[in-house]
Amino acid sequence: MTIPDTHVASRHNHPATTYRYDQFDHAFVRERVAEFREQVARRLSGALTEDEFRPFRLMNGLYLQLHAYMLRVAIPYGTLTADQMRRLAEIADRWDKGYGHFTTRQNLQYNWPKLIDTPDILEALADVEMHAIQTSGNCIRNVTADHFAGVAADEIEDPRPTAEFLRQWSSAHPEFSFLPRKFKIAITGATLDRAAILAHDIGLRLVKNDTGDIGYCVTVGGGLGRSPFIGKVICEYVPRASLLAYLEAIMRVYNRYGRRDNKYKARIKILVHEKGIETIRAAVEKEFAAMDQTAFLQDPQEFDRVAASFAPPPYETLPAKSLQLAKDRQEIPAFDHFVSVNVSPHKTAGYAIVTVSLKPISGIPGDATSHQMRVLADASERFGFGELRVSHEQNIILPHVKQDDLFALWQMLDAADLATANAGLVSDIISCPGLDYCSLATARSIPIAQAISQRFSDMARQRRIGKLGIKISGCINACGHHHIGAIGVLGLEKKGQESYQITLGGDPGFSASIGEILGPGVSADQVPDVIEHLVDFYLAERHETEAFIDTWRRLGHARFKDVLRREGEDGADI
Amino acid sequence: MALISNGQFVSDSWRRLADEEALPQSGKIIVSQERLAHALAAHGAHSDIGVIIHNTTEIDTLAPVLPQLGLIAISFPAFADGRGFSLARLIRRAGFSGELRASGRLLADQYAHALGCGFDTVEIPDDIAQRQDESQWRAASKTHQRTYQRGYVSSGSILDARRKAAQ
Repeated sequence: MTIPDTHVASRHNHPATTYRYDQFDHAFVRERVAEFREQVARRLSGALTEDEFRPFRLMNGLYLQLHAYMLRVAIPYGTLTADQMRRLAEIADRWDKGYGHFTTRQNLQYNWPKLIDTPDILEALADVEMHAIQTSGNCIRNVTADHFAGVAADEIEDPRPTAEFLRQWSSAHPEFSFLPRKFKIAITGATLDRAAILAHDIGLRLVKNDTGDIGYCVTVGGGLGRSPFIGKVICEYVPRASLLAYLEAIMRVYNRYGRRDNKYKARIKILVHEKGIETIRAAVEKEFAAMDQTAFLQDPQEFDRVAASFAPPPYETLPAKSLQLAKDRQEIPAFDHFVSVNVSPHKTAGYAIVTVSLKPISGIPGDATSHQMRVLADASERFGFGELRVSHEQNIILPHVKQDDLFALWQMLDAADLATANAGLVSDIISCPGLDYCSLATARSIPIAQAISQRFSDMARQRRIGKLGIKISGCINACGHHHIGAIGVLGLEKKGQESYQITLGGDPGFSASIGEILGPGVSADQVPDVIEHLVDFYLAERHETEAFIDTWRRLGHARFKDVLRREGEDGADI
Repeated sequence: MALISNGQFVSDSWRRLADEEALPQSGKIIVSQERLAHALAAHGAHSDIGVIIHNTTEIDTLAPVLPQLGLIAISFPAFADGRGFSLARLIRRAGFSGELRASGRLLADQYAHALGCGFDTVEIPDDIAQRQDESQWRAASKTHQRTYQRGYVSSGSILDARRKAAQ
């Protein structure tokens, strides 16, 4: 099925900068859609009971939420084309309520689809080489990657070819589709971890060994949820050719020995925690040695084919610094702020990476209307070779913008309410959907994010505070990553009332740490007050440009706890 | 119980022996893991003995008797419990060439997974067989024409097909 796009005709004048399906990928995804269409029909006919249907609908991204079904679409390694973004907008208009929600796992969620429509939606996605395969369920989930992959100045290698390999290897896996619990893999090729790999079941970091060969440092057993753990190194260096075999070995050990008696203890992090990393490493290495690795050895020809599809676009040769940009910045202060906050260095001279914030002040973190999606698609074609990225911070990235074009892009974004200059600042809040949508939630998340954003609505103050990650989850499942927020907020329910637990000191990077609890929970109204007190204390105590997390590490948790105690004694009712 | 082989409901040439039942003189019988050593000793080494095993069985405990077995059935206590898929792989890797059977509440939707991991047959309770008739199992045997994974049983890996197409 093909939907005619009435808004903007597709333009194919851009070379592919991301993986394009060949006939076999197309056939595979169509086969999965046809299979799911049959499963829906068999559910309706009674051939499948609801319990039996459940894992198959989940493996196709379809959840039953509080008010309706929710469909979670994969954006593998966070990369998508302008045409794909337009298709997401069309689906939002035709089958949902005209918007979508970008999540912390490089997925897009539609909150209001009907069960009966979902096969058609999946078909519409397949038309543009997209799917919802394994965005849920007890299987290997959508593989996520650094959203600056391929353009970051600090990169050893673009992680996306590996991620595409993993997407293919993990799709409809005969052995690993009924695991004890969900399984998340993230990969980065940079020296700065923007993909939070240590918070994943498996984290992969591209590294060079002593002889200059590229391989992977593999960590295992990271995860958030009710028992947060930082991933532990299971192997310092797995050669590229052996990666799939090594991952097969990890998965087999997990599939056989992961706990199935209690779903809250079923993730691999619990297995690693209970048995110890040495025991798990020994079991994996024994399995790795025993298996016939030939079928899993990476085929260099195939790797080259996949890697070639991520070739850089035809950049122009430009001076490193744009005079036009300097002039524009001087003339328009609001634009200058946008550039200093939302624009990151690109590895190619004269280009820049632009983060488009989906966190307008008092808005819903990660939501985009179909109009905004179309504006982003158009902007990427006019200014960025037709490529977009989705970050786990729930923002959109335009990865290849000429510095000379930044001003025109900013004007275009501003007209669509997409120019909020808060990337990485205190109002760039990660939040799960919470009790407004989710059946698991114990408290609201979105209104808390909105209230904090409102409290810090003075942008000059935000810039003074600098980079500060606030992350909010509406239950202990921690979809909002609160454990790894410099300031984390966890919504719980205590005696019928929402109660919010604040944590400090979480860090999503290579120096990952889990936040520590500040004290007793506070009410929804008090959350902005508490955060404001903490931020004010940090501003008073910080050394020059020291980040919040560094001040917290230097002064210690107790000093921050004292702040609140003192405020309480002063009658601030905390 | 219904038995599925090659996408068809077939009659079972094996008989599941209850633990209190005496060993028959002849015929293909499936015994419990607890009774296996006794059955093999009584029958001598021939391939009319099969065993049904738990999905937590360690392959090392089974390896010495594999050549004496004609059938291994792995029980699936729940359809979503995927341990049996990995155990099947290990049993095939250990060189077992007899019939490998998945026994339990498997669904037609998992048939391709079972075949991919090396199972030959699937044995399901009657209530599932009634809801999921032969036509559904036959269809399910064709839902995964090509797979991304290599090293599993399938009608062809996508990588190999790519290679062929590029030649």
